[in-house]
Amino acid sequence: MADVTLMKTPAETALVQAFESAKTALPGDGESRAQAFEHFAQQGLPHRRVEEFKYTDLRALLREVAPFAGTPSAEEAKAALAGAKALAGVDALQVPFVNGHFVRDAVDFHALPENVEIVPLAEALANGHDWLAKLSPVKWANDNPVYQLNTSFMADGVMIRIAGPVEAPVHLRFVTSATSAVATATRILVVVEEGASVTLLETHESTDGANHQPNDVVELIAGDRTNVQHVRVNAEGNKALALSTLAAKIGGEALFNSINVTAGAATSRHQVFAILDGENTNLRVNGTTMLKGTQHGDSTLVVEHAAPHCESRELFKTVIDNEATGVFQGKIIVPHHAQKTDGRMMSAALLLEEGGAMNNKPELEIFADDVQCAHGATCGQLDEDLLFYLMARGLPKKEAESLLVQAFLGEALEFVENEAVRESLVGTVEGWLKARA
Amino acid sequence: MLEIKNLVVQIEDKRILNGLNLTVNKGEVAAIMGPNGSGKSTLSYVIAGKEDYEILDGEILLDGENLLEMEPDQRAAAGVFLAFQYPLEIPGVASMTFLKAAINAQRKARGEDELTTPDFIKRVNAAATQLEIPKDMLKRALNVGFSGGEKKRMEILQMALLQPSFCILDETDSGLDIDALRIVSEGVNALRSPDRAFLVITHYQRLLNHIVPDTVHVMHGGRIVRSGGKELALELEANGYADYRESEAA
Repeated sequence: MADVTLMKTPAETALVQAFESAKTALPGDGESRAQAFEHFAQQGLPHRRVEEFKYTDLRALLREVAPFAGTPSAEEAKAALAGAKALAGVDALQVPFVNGHFVRDAVDFHALPENVEIVPLAEALANGHDWLAKLSPVKWANDNPVYQLNTSFMADGVMIRIAGPVEAPVHLRFVTSATSAVATATRILVVVEEGASVTLLETHESTDGANHQPNDVVELIAGDRTNVQHVRVNAEGNKALALSTLAAKIGGEALFNSINVTAGAATSRHQVFAILDGENTNLRVNGTTMLKGTQHGDSTLVVEHAAPHCESRELFKTVIDNEATGVFQGKIIVPHHAQKTDGRMMSAALLLEEGGAMNNKPELEIFADDVQCAHGATCGQLDEDLLFYLMARGLPKKEAESLLVQAFLGEALEFVENEAVRESLVGTVEGWLKARA
Repeated sequence: MLEIKNLVVQIEDKRILNGLNLTVNKGEVAAIMGPNGSGKSTLSYVIAGKEDYEILDGEILLDGENLLEMEPDQRAAAGVFLAFQYPLEIPGVASMTFLKAAINAQRKARGEDELTTPDFIKRVNAAATQLEIPKDMLKRALNVGFSGGEKKRMEILQMALLQPSFCILDETDSGLDIDALRIVSEGVNALRSPDRAFLVITHYQRLLNHIVPDTVHVMHGGRIVRSGGKELALELEANGYADYRESEAA
């Protein structure tokens, strides 16, 4: 293959080999995989001269490709899930994955809540299923190399259909318990039918000390008048290189709130690709990122207002301690016909020590002439006067800092409607702050 | 109680306090008056421990302990309380959360047990009622969207809850209407006790009609230039600070 000669790094060569050896074993006819991998292979791993990856140079960061994880035994899966902590106190329908594989035994398919239907993805790919045609709802995501890799290697996942209002949240719980480094590629498709509503929780945990390489994609198709609340928690192990994508297509008069909370991984990049596909829809995408040591956390966002009269709000809060690096890239696209669009994007970073760095890149691409769009980006330290005020009331410096950081991050968490989830997220923030004191 | 000896302070190469001496005894209410720029607010910040100031000479002793060697939070635990001229707004921090954190931090520093939530709420409610602070104000973020008068009442509420031994009121009367001035003054007067001293910094005699001082000190050019009883405040109100300005010019 001519493309292969373009490969330069050992990691890229390893990915080609991994794909060659895995492609027959992976479920499905392989056509879309082959196509995705071919697209990926033409460009290779994105590097700093590729604009979208300017601040997260995957060619430099991905030196060695970890082997793709095999299916865990029933005991392994059980033990892994028993030790899972993320959003543990929240009452929800558990849809668990261990080492990137759906733990089928953990779901009682005969007693699913009303309006919830779940189809294991590996099975669907192997046997064919009507819903597979709904994968990749955001067409331009196919040009993204991280997404292409997921499409190439996706081994498991679930497809979920929400047919009406669902009371308890649906919790997609990902746990990687392997002690040596593994790669995983999961794909989730959630189809929320017209008028339906659901809270989707997504948590990612993995063992410390291993260079795990998860690449997760969650796709959402939400119909007209739907209400979807999405909360994602990155609690990956301290050596993980975690890549993730949320690709969402939202219908008209709908409400979609998504928040990603990053507290883990050595390097993480969470991409949100959203299309507002019907009028009068309201989108909120928030991020709360806590980085310390030499962690690197990237939040990349593209929102396309494909219909007029939609409102989008994006608020990203990043706290950077020690020598960590944060990245925010946000783009709002408003085509010609999307008049009366109201879009506001804000990224604010707080640097707690000298030596940290934040890269903010907000972009607006507006072709319509009757719109309200704004973006802002700030980068600063804790306010000395506020610190003094708190200390003058008796709070020791670290405690005063913690209170201010909590207040800073709290603004992005306010929109989480489920109280138990919100409290758990506040607990995550408090835990992070306690660990630095 | 508080003893300031030969305090010399500068900020960004500008000398603000110039060999200031002041003693405030237990149970005493001392007023400091002086024109703008005489260094009154600097004095209050330096006692409370704000970082921006360079201490060139002198000492500040509270019950014999040198405050200048302590962090602001240690000074607070030792009994110092500064009611800010411009209380700061802290978005995202609920007033109740802040109050509880402050009380318990000080108790912890003094080796006392933390307050239980019911006990804490009882104390806050009692103090809030006296200062005519509505409950919904306590539910809001600290000082955010508060009027000038509400912010000052919130400062006095904190003072009442923290029970400090040395209270500094930095132009607490600024921005207050007559009713608010009365409420704040009553709150302060209720806290007067033989074990507690006050340093009341003000431009105007008005506040001292409500909080009647034991001693009055005139500050000018970074020093105390005259001290007397409460009648001194009336004299200043009648004659202004012109006398002191002239003496400096001469």
